[in-house]
Amino acid sequence: MLRLDYAEYEALRAHGEETYPNECCGVLLGKSESGNGNHVSAIVRAGNTRTDSAHNRYNIAPIELVRIQREARGRGLDIVGFYHSHPDHPAQWSPTDFAEAHWLGCSYVITSVEQGKAVLTNSFQLLGTGEDDKQFHDESIEINLAATKAQAQEGNE
Amino acid sequence: MKIHIPTPLRTYTGGQETVTVSGTTVNGALEQLTTTYPELKSNLFTADGKLRSFVNVYLNDDDIRYLPEKEAAPTNENDELTIIPSIAGGCCL
Ligand SMILES: [Zn+2]
Repeated sequence: MLRLDYAEYEALRAHGEETYPNECCGVLLGKSESGNGNHVSAIVRAGNTRTDSAHNRYNIAPIELVRIQREARGRGLDIVGFYHSHPDHPAQWSPTDFAEAHWLGCSYVITSVEQGKAVLTNSFQLLGTGEDDKQFHDESIEINLAATKAQAQEGNE
Repeated sequence: MKIHIPTPLRTYTGGQETVTVSGTTVNGALEQLTTTYPELKSNLFTADGKLRSFVNVYLNDDDIRYLPEKEAAPTNENDELTIIPSIAGGCCL
């Protein structure tokens, strides 16, 4: 399960609308709770280095990741996942997403953005012990609405 | 010197984010790391001992692949090594 506040959920979806028709990408900081999924307490926007094919590819510069990980360490947080958007394509991982996924245990959040509007947001946790047996598992997203008003809501959207 | 471990590999370092080693080169530091935590080795290196293509190693703010001495680059006690797997992907094949 991926847990995050409504504000972060909205922020990562808005990022995908802003960069449309290109893909957005960013990093989820928080804590991994053993047996209880990843708990996000901050999201960090990242730049997409794939300017050659930004409408259907994303890549975060490793130096940006180094700095984000350093910042996380300073705040007592860990990198627990990543997000990106699929402009005019479903919120489902692609063979490219799978081939390029290496952060076992982390959550990979994908938002479909249709005609500039964020539609579905899904999360997939990368499980396994290495490159040979890694696999994406559908993961429910629990959005904490407490900060706004209503009670917590569980769902896959 | 310190080596920072990314979240997925902390399974192999007993949960530690930071490991202190005493190597005098990048190679030496990594060697000491994988000697202490042998399970890390196959996650970082291919069978023929090359750094896996998706594993980036930074000496402070520099990718070691682009340092003149590469893995043989000298290090001192105040340097920091960061291991960071790549993040990429995209929709539709
Ligand atoms: Zn994708």
